[in-house]
Amino acid sequence: MAEAAIELKGISKNFGSVRANRDIDLKIAPGTIHGIIGENGAGKSTLMSILYGFYQADRGEIFVNGERAVIHASNDAIARGIGMVHQHFMLVHNFTVLENVILGAEGEPLLKTSIAKARSELERLERDYGLEVDPDAVIEDLPVGLQQRVEILKALFRGADILILDEPTGVLTPAEAEHLFRILRQLKDEGKTIVLITHKLREIMAVTDNVSVMRQGALVATRKTEETTVEELAELMVGRRVLLRVEKGDAHPGDFVLSVKNLTVEDMRGVKMVDDVSLDVRAGEIVGIAGVAGNGQTELLETITGMRKAVSGTVTLDGAPVELTGEADPTDLRRRGMAHVPEDRHNMGLVLPFEENENAILGYHWQDKYVNGPFLDIEAIRRDAQEKIEKYDIRPTDARLKTANFSGGNQQKIVLAREMEQDPKVLIVGQPTRGVDVGAIEFIHKRLIDMRDQGKAVLLVSVELDEIRSLSDRILVMFAGRIVGERGPDATEGELGLLMAGVEEKEAAE
Amino acid sequence: MDLFNTLVLLLDSTVRLSVPLLFAALAGLYSERSGVFDIGLEGKMLAGAFAAGAAAAVSGSAWVGLMAAVLVSVFMALVHGFASITHRGNQIVSGVAINFIAAGSTIILGQAWFSQGGRTPLVGAAGRFGAIHLPFADALSGVPVLGPLYSQLLSGHSLLVYLAFLLVPFTWWVLFRTRFGLRLRAVGENPAAVDTAGISVQWLRYRAVICTGVLTGLAGTYLALAQNAGFVKDMTAGRGFIALAALIFAKWRPVPVMFACLLFGFLDAFSIRIQGTPLPLIGRVPVQFMQALPYILTVVLLAGFIGRAIPPRAGGVPYVKER
Ligand SMILES: Nc1ncnc2c1ncn2[C@@H]1O[C@H](COP(=O)(O)OP(=O)(O)OP(=O)(O)O)[C@@H](O)[C@H]1O
Ligand SMILES: [Mg+2]
Repeated sequence: MAEAAIELKGISKNFGSVRANRDIDLKIAPGTIHGIIGENGAGKSTLMSILYGFYQADRGEIFVNGERAVIHASNDAIARGIGMVHQHFMLVHNFTVLENVILGAEGEPLLKTSIAKARSELERLERDYGLEVDPDAVIEDLPVGLQQRVEILKALFRGADILILDEPTGVLTPAEAEHLFRILRQLKDEGKTIVLITHKLREIMAVTDNVSVMRQGALVATRKTEETTVEELAELMVGRRVLLRVEKGDAHPGDFVLSVKNLTVEDMRGVKMVDDVSLDVRAGEIVGIAGVAGNGQTELLETITGMRKAVSGTVTLDGAPVELTGEADPTDLRRRGMAHVPEDRHNMGLVLPFEENENAILGYHWQDKYVNGPFLDIEAIRRDAQEKIEKYDIRPTDARLKTANFSGGNQQKIVLAREMEQDPKVLIVGQPTRGVDVGAIEFIHKRLIDMRDQGKAVLLVSVELDEIRSLSDRILVMFAGRIVGERGPDATEGELGLLMAGVEEKEAAE
Repeated sequence: MDLFNTLVLLLDSTVRLSVPLLFAALAGLYSERSGVFDIGLEGKMLAGAFAAGAAAAVSGSAWVGLMAAVLVSVFMALVHGFASITHRGNQIVSGVAINFIAAGSTIILGQAWFSQGGRTPLVGAAGRFGAIHLPFADALSGVPVLGPLYSQLLSGHSLLVYLAFLLVPFTWWVLFRTRFGLRLRAVGENPAAVDTAGISVQWLRYRAVICTGVLTGLAGTYLALAQNAGFVKDMTAGRGFIALAALIFAKWRPVPVMFACLLFGFLDAFSIRIQGTPLPLIGRVPVQFMQALPYILTVVLLAGFIGRAIPPRAGGVPYVKER
C-alpha cells in the first residue's frame, strides 16, 4: 500500500477548557478526496488548521508522505505542499486578486517582476482549471463565489499537492458548487490529495472516496464512501437517528399579516436590487423565497425589517404601514411583532465579544422582564438565557461564555432562540441553516414548522433548495430583483432551478 | 514685490515647520499601516530630541547626536512593540505611557546631567545640521520670481529637510512597490491572511515599528539640532499629535501625508507671522485659536469634505488566534 499522504497520530488540542480535538488518528490516502463531517463545534476546522500550521497541537505527530513533519507555522505546511481554503476566507479585502495570490510567495523583494511572473502563472491556472477571475479586481468587489476561487488559486499557486477545503460550498450556489466539484475531481485525477469538510452529506456521497466522522472533538469513524449511506453518516455524526426531511402537516393559513406591495429598492449606486416586488404572508404559513444568492433577497429582507430604505412601495404589518423611506426603526418593528433572523449572523445578528446571555436579549433588552428600573436585571437575563440554552440545545451550556467561542451552528441557534421565543406575529428568517450541521438543521426546521403551526407568519429566504422545498407552503422564486414565479410545495427541483436561472415562466412551463 | 517677499518667507518657514511633522507622520504611517496604532509619536520624538541634544553637546558632533536619537527612539518603539505585539496589550495605553515616560525622563535626566533646568547645553555649528546652499543659489537670487524661490525656498535648508521630503516618494515606493510594503499593508488589514500565507505577523510588525522608531528619531534630531541648537524641555509641543492628525487627514497615504503636513506647517507659520497684528475684518486672532486650527481643521474636513478616513482594518487590535 502506498504511503499515506497525510497521517495524524494522537493529535490533541484544547482551547482553554474546550477540548477541540482529542487524540485523533487519521490517515488520508494519496490521490483521493477525503471527506470530513461532524456537528458544529466537533473540531473539524481546528484539526485541519493544525495540519496547516495555523494552530499548534498540544500533543501528537503529523506525517506527510510518510515523513515526520514538524509544522510550527503555515510556511512549514506550505513547504510540504499543503494548501488550505479556510472556512472564513483569509483574504485582504482591499487588495487585488493578484496581490492576494502573491502575498507570502512573492519570491523577490521587488514586486515588479514577481507580479509579472504571477500574472502569467495565474493565467495558466485559470485556463487549466476553469478558475476565471479578473486578476486586477479588488477582493471586496467580488462575490463570495469568486473570492473562494482566489483562495483556491492561492493554494495552487503555491504548488499545493494536498488541498484542504473547509466548508467550501456553504457560500456557493448549486451551480457554483457543481463547478467546484468538477475542479476537485480534475485535481484528484492529477494525483493531488483533497480533504473536504462539509455539512452536506449529499456532497460527501457525490465526490469523496473516503469519509471520516468527528463528534465532540474525537474521530468516531472512517468509512469508504461507497460502502456507507447518508443515514449511517448522519447517525454517526449526531449519535442518534436523524430525520433528514422534516415532517409537517397541512398549513391552515389565516389572516394576512405581512403584505408587501410594489416594493422597489436601490443600492448606493442606484442599481435596482428589488424591482416591484409584491407578496403576502398569512398567519400560519411559511412562504419561502428561493433564488441564487445575490438576486435581491438580502435587500428585500433588509427593507422589510427596517434596515434599508425603499425607493417606492409599501409594507403593511398586521394592517398598519411600515415606515420605508424615513427613519425606519427596527425596535418599533420588534414591538409590533416582527422578529428577524438576519442572513449574516456575524455582522447583524450578534455582537461576538458579548456573553451569550447578552446576545440572547439583544434588541429586546428594553422589555420589562429584563429591566429593573433603569438597570438591566442581570439575574433574570441569565436565567432566561439558561432556559433558552436548554430548550434549543445550545452547546456549550454556559450562558456566560463569550459568543465568539460558540461554533457557527450554535451561534445560529442563539439568534433563533432569541427571535423565536419572543412570540412574534411574523418571523423573517434569512438562511436559517447556513453552515449548520444536520442535527441542528433538523431541530431548526422542526422549530420553524412549530412556529407555523402556532399561527405565526413565516417568511423564509434560503439559497438551499432542499430547505425551501421541505419547509415552504408556497414558494416564490426571485431572480434579478423580481419575483419570477410562484409554486406550491410540490414543485420539482428542476422546475425551480429553471426559474432561479431566469428562464421565463412560459418557457419553464413547457 | 513686498507681498511676494513676504509670501516666499512664509512658504520658507512653512517648509521648516512642516519637516518635524512630516518625519513623525511618516513614522506613524509605517506603524499604523501594519496595524499597530501609535499615539506615542510625541514621546518618541521628544526622547529623540533629548538624545540628539545631549549626545551632540557631549560629543560635539551632529552625526553622533543623530545616531543617539535614532537609537533611543527605536528602543522606545520596541518597548511599544513589546507591549502591543508580543504581549498583545492595549496600544493606546502603551502609547500614552511612552509619552509620559518621555516627558518626565527628559527633564529629570537633563537636569541631572546638565543642570540647566532640563535644557541641554547649546551646541556649536559642528553639532548642528546647518543650512546647505544649493549650487548657484547666490548667483540666481537676483533673477525675478524664480530667483528668490530657488535661493530661499529650495536652497538653504538643512540636510534633514531634504531627507524628509525625499522620504515621501521613498515611502510610497516601499509601500506599493516592494514585498515588504505589500506585506506591511496586508498585515494592517488582515493579519490572519498574512499568517496563513506563511509570514510571521509578529516579526513583520516589529520591523514596521522599528521604521517608526528611526523616523521619530530623525524628527527629534531635526527639532534639537537643525531648528534649534540644543534640547529644550517639552520642545515637541504636541507636534506628535498634529502629525497623527495629518496622518488621519491623509488617510494613511504618503503623498497626501506630505500635503497635510505642509498645510499644518503653513498654519503654524501663518500664526507666527500674524501674531499680534490684527487681521482686516477679523481683528486680532488669539494665538490659541491658531494653534488649535490643525485639529479643528482635521475634524471639520474629515467630518464633511474629504470623506471618511478608514484606518487599516486591523489597526489597534492585537493579533490573537486562540481566544
Ligand atoms: N480560536 C479559538 N479559540 C477558542 N476556542 C475555539 C477556537 N476555535 C475553535 N474553538 C472552539 O473549539 C471547538 C471546535 O471548533 P471548530 O471550529 O474546530 O469546529 P468545527 O467542527 O469546524 O465546527 P463548524 O462546523 O461550526 O465549523 C468549538 O467548541 C469552538 O468553539
Ligand atoms: Mg469549522
